[in-house]
Amino acid sequence: MHWWLPPQGSTFAPDIDYMFTAILVITGITFVGVELGLLWFIFAYRERPGRKAFYTHGSTKAEIIWTAIPAVTMVIMGIASNGLWVKIKGRNSVPANAYPIGVHAKQFEWWFTYPGPDGKLGRTSPALVAKTTNPTGLDPDDPAGHDDLVVRNQMHVPVGRPVVAYLTAEDVIHSFYVPEFRVRQDVVPGMEIKSWFEATVPGTYELGCSQLCGLGHYKMRAVVTVHTQEDYDAWMQRTAKEKGEPTS
Amino acid sequence: MSQAMAGAMQPPFPAERGIEVYNKKLGMWIFLASEVMFFAALIGSYVILRFGATGAWAKPGIVLSIQITAFNTFLLICSSVSMVKAYAAIQDGYQDKMKFWLLMTILGGACFVGIQVYEYIHLVEHGFLPSGVREGSHLAELVENGTLPAATMGLYGSTFFTMTGFHGFHVTCGVISMLYLYLFKALPGKYSPQDFGGIEVVGLYWHFVDLVWIILFTIVYLV
Amino acid sequence: MTTVAATAQAAHAHHDDRSFIQKYIFSTDHKIIGIQFLFLSLFFLMVGGLLAMQIRWQLAYPGKPMPLGNLLPETMAPGGVLLPEYYLQLVTMHGTFMVFFAIMLLLVGVYANFLIPLKIGAHDMAFPRINMASFWSAFASGIVMLMSLFVPEGSSRAGWTMYVPLSARHDYSGAEFGQEMWSISIILFGLSSILGSLNYITTVINNRAAGMTWFRMPLSVWALFITAILGLLAVPVLAGAAIMLLFEQILGTHFFDPAYGGQPILWQHLFWFFGHPEVYILILPAMGMVSELIANGSRKPIFGYHSMVFAIAGIAFLGWIVWGHHMFVSGMNPTLGSTFMVSTLLIAVPSAIKVFNWMGTMWRGNLRFHVPMLHGVAFVAMFTIGGLSGIFMAATPVDMFIHDTYFIVAHLHYVLFGGSLFAIFGGIVFWYPKMFGRMMNETWGKIHFWLTFIFYNGTFFPMHIIGMAGHMRRLYDPTIYDFLKPMQPMNEFISICAFLLYGSQIIFFVNFWWSMFKGKKASQNPWNDNGLEWTTPSPAPHGNWDTLPTVYRGPYEFSAPGASEDYLPQNRKLPTDRDPVLSPAAGH
Repeated sequence: MHWWLPPQGSTFAPDIDYMFTAILVITGITFVGVELGLLWFIFAYRERPGRKAFYTHGSTKAEIIWTAIPAVTMVIMGIASNGLWVKIKGRNSVPANAYPIGVHAKQFEWWFTYPGPDGKLGRTSPALVAKTTNPTGLDPDDPAGHDDLVVRNQMHVPVGRPVVAYLTAEDVIHSFYVPEFRVRQDVVPGMEIKSWFEATVPGTYELGCSQLCGLGHYKMRAVVTVHTQEDYDAWMQRTAKEKGEPTS
Repeated sequence: MSQAMAGAMQPPFPAERGIEVYNKKLGMWIFLASEVMFFAALIGSYVILRFGATGAWAKPGIVLSIQITAFNTFLLICSSVSMVKAYAAIQDGYQDKMKFWLLMTILGGACFVGIQVYEYIHLVEHGFLPSGVREGSHLAELVENGTLPAATMGLYGSTFFTMTGFHGFHVTCGVISMLYLYLFKALPGKYSPQDFGGIEVVGLYWHFVDLVWIILFTIVYLV
Repeated sequence: MTTVAATAQAAHAHHDDRSFIQKYIFSTDHKIIGIQFLFLSLFFLMVGGLLAMQIRWQLAYPGKPMPLGNLLPETMAPGGVLLPEYYLQLVTMHGTFMVFFAIMLLLVGVYANFLIPLKIGAHDMAFPRINMASFWSAFASGIVMLMSLFVPEGSSRAGWTMYVPLSARHDYSGAEFGQEMWSISIILFGLSSILGSLNYITTVINNRAAGMTWFRMPLSVWALFITAILGLLAVPVLAGAAIMLLFEQILGTHFFDPAYGGQPILWQHLFWFFGHPEVYILILPAMGMVSELIANGSRKPIFGYHSMVFAIAGIAFLGWIVWGHHMFVSGMNPTLGSTFMVSTLLIAVPSAIKVFNWMGTMWRGNLRFHVPMLHGVAFVAMFTIGGLSGIFMAATPVDMFIHDTYFIVAHLHYVLFGGSLFAIFGGIVFWYPKMFGRMMNETWGKIHFWLTFIFYNGTFFPMHIIGMAGHMRRLYDPTIYDFLKPMQPMNEFISICAFLLYGSQIIFFVNFWWSMFKGKKASQNPWNDNGLEWTTPSPAPHGNWDTLPTVYRGPYEFSAPGASEDYLPQNRKLPTDRDPVLSPAAGH
């Protein structure tokens, strides 16, 4: 039973966790203050014979203090959060050298496209999708796609390298979510959305669909493997051979 | 007695001074605020969909008939004028004039709805539907020869019928309400310069419906 | 001094020769309508809870037959084992029933109707027949929504948020007629809500008794008034969206279909533009009621009355510009994420002001822990947790991680149950004598409170923990995921607390119905409160007063120096009071 955030598996996990913990501290102090205050009042000011309540309509000074402190705290929090948000999701946030992987979501599975030796993903189009022969709608007229590897429910990424997922959905809205990477991005039909991350710890993880997408939503799961670069190349070679794709 | 009568159009008494507007009128203004939001949702969606669409939008006048609708718009505006005249008439106590102008308003509104219905039938016959263009229809030919853009006709139909359909529904409700007031209040002479709230309140609604139409006509037919 | 209008209304109060049907079924009396809403909404609260029990069974024991599950048809639970399609219907309908038919109707349908004329000194609402129409359209809406569970293929199953394209297409969701019924029900509900709002707003503006100036109005009335404005402007947008969704299904429109240039995210913008003001509709009246309960229980004026009014208005105003915080990871332009984050963080401020002012009210009070006060204090304690958890979500990078997890489920239940529902329970007990002329049993009220408090926290607090650990929402079977399997004991713990929580509500329901016939008869002002509703008999008669009261002071003059008791009703004239200055006689 996990009592805290999941283990950190990407470069922005520590940043997000730090922000989470900072907010926890601030809200925690407020929480303890309010609840202890209430408990104290409940006991100290309970009704007893002969007691009278203190008649007052309030205090402007108190109002100013407890308006200003939360307001300032919230503004600081906003400024502090925005930098990280822009870094992860901003328009120019995807690192230039990020390794592209196509992620195509459909009811109820994930299809991953690896760019092959040329490092480029081929064009896809919803009109070209054919359930068994062309699950991602790869365009045969685009030469960049000729060496692309299309794999079902298995995401393989190299460690220590930024990866950019090109997210597409075939039918309804799904959501790309790997807890250890702290990455989550809704995948919307009709849009191609880029979501980047950099894995830091080799191992096996799970990818879950995180937006209700129908009856099979609960089992729309993929396995994510983070490899060292050598293992990754080896896996790539192996898989390419199996599928009869060019290996170089 | 006359003092009490004069007070009939004012807020209930003795009470706090609210707004200097009697309940029915205040209620209508408030209701119209909700109607603004309703049409804003539909019209806002149209704007987002049209200007967010990647393809071109159909050019004005090809699918929809601007001339007939322009006449219809003129008719609706005239009916707003006749509504004002009815209101002015009863304020000054002219019962017959009020009844006449109210009837004109009802007829104007009814004609508007009639022409809209005729237009809808005409459009459907030519193949224009909420789902877009019907296969094998006259409009489908225009799509094929490139006069109409295939990519956005679905949105065009969806937004057109929803916006104008709900507007037409609101006009119809207005006509029915005015007819009710005409038959059961105006004709039997129940209105007076001291009590003409129904006319004023339905008039507000009618002007609103007219205003929405002017906006719709501009952004759906002319742009 | 009285006009024709006032005399006519007074005469109405004297001669009550209405038939049984006019008095109790098709009544235009705001109090009866309020009570009708009460029965309707309590029914849906029970239904919503029953759906939740089944959800919790499935989450705790996925794949195991549910007790009494064999009573369900094969299409829902063959052999008592819930099917995924049924599970998703449960999830969707639990949210729908609770948000619209339970909480909204309990707070607004019941208390706006029942309290506003009584607390401002009016005989009834501005438009009594429109008020009646508002109830019956809500009733029809509820029936349609309930029936949608029983049509072939069952009800909608896309979550109460109805994201498209899932909700718009039968081939994606599996629901067709049931989904259409959802839209139709919501449109009817929207009509009911708008009719209600226009009544409440007009009545508060124009029908206040002499001396009831704006800043002498009780906070519950302020809250209901501002809530009515929110509803007036937000609900039509939902109606528009529901119409577009319905047309998508029955007319083949393409608003949300990307193959034709439609935009799925448009639905989210429309829904949440309504949805966010909606959640303030679900909390503000509760906050207003809590002010009454805590001032009364503390025997002390509300601390910072003006700030409390401005805070309500501030929350309502800011509530219009935060909707995008439900959409941070939706694919919406990330720059909008930044702007919505700022507005969302700011909305914490007026909420904090309210919490501190309630504490200020209790400070140095003479606290009397009757059942309503217990609930009021619990509201403050629990709403604080719910509000603070919201701050995590407001910070966009953190929201990326906790969006669509149980952390969100914890947050929403802390504000809606720990907040709104506790306030509702307190309000029901507090105004029960004015509604039914009897008191609810105090001992059983306290037992119900404590059991509810304990099991409620047992149910919802651990959801923060599993949410932090990454547990997603709306999963039929979490054990598919290895990383979720270790959380099953916690899911089981939550479910057991939930079953005990639901069971504890039996005490409330028995107390509610038994007291109506056998409860101690109530005096006119059993809580020694200052509001105008306590200046008329229990239960309040048709027309409320023969002669409308005149108001000389604010509503929270508890323990005022010089008063013979620790309360001082708004309409009691002291030698030092002057008559209110009224507008000069008309022309006006």
